Amino acid sequence: MKIKHIFEIAKAMLLARSKQTLVAAIGVAFSVAFFVSLLGFMEGLNTLLDGLVLNRTPHIRLYNDIRPSDNQPIALDTTYKNYHHYIHSIKPANARKEIYNVETIFKRLEKDSRVYGVAPKLSAQVFYNLGNIELNGVVNGIEVAQEAKLFQFEDHVIGGNAFDLENRSNSIILGQGVADKMLAKKGDLIQVTTINGEQFTLKVVGFFQSGLVELDKVQSYVSLATCQKLLGETSTYMSDIQIKLYDIDKAPELAKEYATLFNIDAEDIQTANAQFETGSSARTIISFAVGIVLLIVAGFGIYNILNMMIYEKMDTIAILKAIGFSGADVKIIFIAISLSIGLSGALLGALLGLLFSVMIDNIPFNSAAVPTVDTYPVDYGIQYYAIAVIFAIATTYFAGWFPSRKASAVDPVEIIRGK
Amino acid sequence: MEKKIVLEAKSINKSFYDPVKIDVLKDLSFTINRGEFIAVTGKSGCGKSTLLYILSTMDSDYTGELWIDNELMAGKTEAERARVRNEKIGFVFQFHYLLNEFSVLKNVMLPGLKANKLTEQELEHHAYELLKKLGIEHLTNKMAYQVSGGEKQRIAIARAMINDPLILMCDEPTGNLDSKNTDIVFDIFNELVHTFNKTLLVVTHNQNFADNTQRNIVMEDGRIIS
Repeated sequence: MKIKHIFEIAKAMLLARSKQTLVAAIGVAFSVAFFVSLLGFMEGLNTLLDGLVLNRTPHIRLYNDIRPSDNQPIALDTTYKNYHHYIHSIKPANARKEIYNVETIFKRLEKDSRVYGVAPKLSAQVFYNLGNIELNGVVNGIEVAQEAKLFQFEDHVIGGNAFDLENRSNSIILGQGVADKMLAKKGDLIQVTTINGEQFTLKVVGFFQSGLVELDKVQSYVSLATCQKLLGETSTYMSDIQIKLYDIDKAPELAKEYATLFNIDAEDIQTANAQFETGSSARTIISFAVGIVLLIVAGFGIYNILNMMIYEKMDTIAILKAIGFSGADVKIIFIAISLSIGLSGALLGALLGLLFSVMIDNIPFNSAAVPTVDTYPVDYGIQYYAIAVIFAIATTYFAGWFPSRKASAVDPVEIIRGK
Repeated sequence: MEKKIVLEAKSINKSFYDPVKIDVLKDLSFTINRGEFIAVTGKSGCGKSTLLYILSTMDSDYTGELWIDNELMAGKTEAERARVRNEKIGFVFQFHYLLNEFSVLKNVMLPGLKANKLTEQELEHHAYELLKKLGIEHLTNKMAYQVSGGEKQRIAIARAMINDPLILMCDEPTGNLDSKNTDIVFDIFNELVHTFNKTLLVVTHNQNFADNTQRNIVMEDGRIIS
């Protein structure tokens, strides 16, 4: 028996019940379509929201942590090893946030083939002077080109050119929240006071909108050199080295390596932002679960329809058996029927899902938090289509398998005698 | 001409157990030779249809030995028995049992497609020749539900013949036909036996039909009485 003829018989039986077949196929198509568009939408949102933080977080951050010495001084003296230590909890003194040997570290990192880019950073606590009021703030000193390459810095700069930070001395890109409070416009001069009490006048060249409102109320950007000036330090002074890797999964391993290599504190992104991973994966699991439930429900629909078809086609099955079709042949015919419904439904559903995705992708979505998007984000990843289609076919296969077993067990004698 | 045994039954017994044990067939033994035209008659409930289902291998729940073309049927799997039915037995029922989803030609071709011995074109040609022989070639492209009862039975005969079976088994083939169509079917059977040397086993109520065959097996209460 050729597959072609099996399908021919399956097709004839399908067409005899064309309405039911259509309903079953539409059931599959809708569940596949919803599965694909739901997951695409969810993943698009996940990527966007995680990106708000993760894109601007270094994979590894090298810094000098302020903390007490691991070995208290008294413990170093073996004489008092067996005595009670009255002198304990010696606090750190003169802790320096500065990273030593910055140039060596940079040279070493730039040669490392696993590293995508390195950007220095320096933070200064300041007060923004607003008349009599002083607002708390943080000014970050950055290298614009590196920051742009690693963290899409210029995407978040509005109303100005990011590179003006370096082209003009004593310039600042103000956080949007700070600017709103200070009524600052582009070109204005603003005053900041450093924690050492020194006052500086800086020129506003643009505004920064990170997407996290709380952050924008505090944070502003200046060039590395300006920041060093604010702190009264030399041109090699920096407090953070931010590293982006080609493979984010290697971050924990490399953080440990650099920590020992440079004798420095290193924090990887997985440790720093564990909660984002958890949130994303929980959302993804929920949407997968919903999608798969949809597909299983569609499977039950097919199961029902095939069961009914078997009762209706009892005579046909009996006659096929009488003229020499074995139980296995009948089983294959019914599985072919089920798979045809599944396959056509799945392909139709994939197209429909793409259509839904495009529709969602065109719904306006204006959020102050995310200046770079103006419609809902959708992930068009081929993997969702593949999963949906494969799962739909698997579900329909099983939905067809049970009725087909029943069909293959039909005893032709009983049917023919019963007439 | 040497007599070739097509089918041999040795002490076939069959009982139904629900709700109480009833012996339907009691120790039946007979042989069928090639080219015979046999009618099986008997009153309703004497077990002739049951016997036919056993001989056709569709029913395998019996004791005794059944040999078809020198092959023992007992111990064969369901799929193997299906192949025997497909290749060696042609079946004609009282109710014509054509598949309404297919055209007349496809209905005739179906057992051939299952056997998969000829190409589709050859099979199509063969099916058409059969329909022509039975005088119904004008129905070839009609759907099965569009033809009349007498024509349906002739199509069913063509379908039974498509794989050139050793033996043709018929269960009340004329039970549902008027006398004119009964005559046509009988003439076809006669021609099959005499011209094409086919073997026919026909279960029938029609005494007139049975009297015109070569051999008449009469059954009563699960036994052959003549």
